[in-house]
Amino acid sequence: MKTYTQPRYGYARAADQDGAAARKPVAIVGAGPVGLALAIDLGLRGIPVVVLDDDDTVSVGSRAICYAKRTLEILDRLGCAEPICERGVGWNVGKVFHRDALVFQFELVHEPRHHRPGMVNLQQYHLEEALVRRAHEVRGVDVRWKHKVTGVAAHDDRVDVTVETPDGPYTLACDWLVACDGARSPVRGMLGLESEGQAFRDRFLIADIHMHSDFPPERWFWFDPPFHPGQSVLLHRQADDVWRVDFQLGWDADPDEERKPERILPRLRTMLGPEARFEIEWASVYTFQCRRMKRFRHGRVLFAGDAAHLVSPFGARGANSGVQDADNLAWKLALVVDGRAGERLLDSYDDERMAAADENIAASTRSTDFITPKSAASRTFRDAVLELARRHPFARRLVNSGRLSTPSVLQGSPLNTRDRDPDFPHGDGAMEPGAPAADAPVRGDRGPWLLRYLEEGFTLLAFGTVPEADAEALARGDVPVHVVTVGEGSVDDVEGLCATRYAARPGTCFLLRPDQHVCARWRAFDRRAVEAALAHALAREDR
Amino acid sequence: MTALNTQPNLDRPDELYARLLAAHHGLDDAQSAKVNAKLVLLLANHIGDARVIDEAIAAAREDVVTESTR
Repeated sequence: MKTYTQPRYGYARAADQDGAAARKPVAIVGAGPVGLALAIDLGLRGIPVVVLDDDDTVSVGSRAICYAKRTLEILDRLGCAEPICERGVGWNVGKVFHRDALVFQFELVHEPRHHRPGMVNLQQYHLEEALVRRAHEVRGVDVRWKHKVTGVAAHDDRVDVTVETPDGPYTLACDWLVACDGARSPVRGMLGLESEGQAFRDRFLIADIHMHSDFPPERWFWFDPPFHPGQSVLLHRQADDVWRVDFQLGWDADPDEERKPERILPRLRTMLGPEARFEIEWASVYTFQCRRMKRFRHGRVLFAGDAAHLVSPFGARGANSGVQDADNLAWKLALVVDGRAGERLLDSYDDERMAAADENIAASTRSTDFITPKSAASRTFRDAVLELARRHPFARRLVNSGRLSTPSVLQGSPLNTRDRDPDFPHGDGAMEPGAPAADAPVRGDRGPWLLRYLEEGFTLLAFGTVPEADAEALARGDVPVHVVTVGEGSVDDVEGLCATRYAARPGTCFLLRPDQHVCARWRAFDRRAVEAALAHALAREDR
Repeated sequence: MTALNTQPNLDRPDELYARLLAAHHGLDDAQSAKVNAKLVLLLANHIGDARVIDEAIAAAREDVVTESTR
């Protein structure tokens, strides 16, 4: 690669290798985006965590490139979104072409005044470097490079992990093991578990090229373009003047032939024109799959990210959903390790993230069915939609080049408290139980965005005053709830957009979980109701 | 109650039938299939009611789909 040199973090001998078998509360396998995000989150919550990785560098070549608004908000909470947004290419507009005509244009975020853009494009290795830097800063996060997990023995009270190192093997015992070790998940294999689903019969060439261009920072997708007839092409801008070009090749393409530069260069020349100057950074031929494990929690072993579920890349739902797995799991695991919540809270990770995985798999399967029609009938409908879309607005909404990652609303979550007040909105971005909290511009001592004011634990977001005695009592609980008052207290709703986005009236309150998802809402403050909703969100009472 | 009207609803049924056939005049099988697909999409959007469309899909598959392929 010409624009990037891999860092080498190097092997270091851990103290555990010399003494008796160490016991850790949490060990994570895999220092990719999901494992690192989880480790940082646990570290910030005061839980010591060991991350074991078989390599000593970041990911190589073309991997994830698109990080959605919600992922950036999670990374903000973890204290590392800023360098990622600065280095990356923010974008909000996607364009879809059929042959030589623009047929459909979409915006990821439909209104102004959000802190983070709809999407930031950045090579995965840059994202991982930022996460590694942050992980090294956070107390209690112990990232061990070249510590390769070769055996896992799960018991009722602990998990024994065999780790191979340049100095030989050692054993590490942990209370909880989280496998964030990717699509092929060795840990999954060691436990004899499977991830089931379907593979798509199509091949795609992904070429990352270095090129100076004034092309706009937008996602462009072509069906049947003149420069690549009969197939689709996707173009994304990344950092450092690197561009991602994704050519559909069809199932009959020979992957070994297609990855040769003498095959790739003419394709790029035809697309970019004879005068374009570029160099190939990385190229690879891929097939895509949609799979998931039957459960993500297996006793004391939990699975997250690609290890747990796999989607096709159209929609940017892989890395994004993986980071959201980590976001969902970290606070629950921290409370269980602390002894402030029972193990049952971890079952809600299973419930919530399996529903999210199913949503992502459904969206990505529908996109793949449109891009790669499986039968003559589906191809006929696909082509009919594209032709109609050139003239008729209704058909443009049927064009599916990937429905880009939006955070799952955890509607069916067992941790949600059912609405008691009848006049709240539902669906379409509503701040209903299960929805991730919307950001909005504000004024206050923590800066101009609302999410910055949410606490590491639970937050009661109150549009109106909460009696001081009640606020103090909530803050003193064994799992504290911090009251954040919008309007006349800690946060000034200068543009009125907090009230709009939360459909709030004076008195309206939201209970937000540590991962910033709404778990209950009321039209008036009621301390008993808040305490009951908190107990429910901790899976403390009988269901 | 069913949402889909399957009672006679056309003033001149023979003329409609002739127009449907005429829409395929001079087309090969692939072109005909595409015209039919476009027609389905245009009419489905015009109807807009998911119940009507679902019942129409079920009625269209009836007798075409045998037990072995269902």
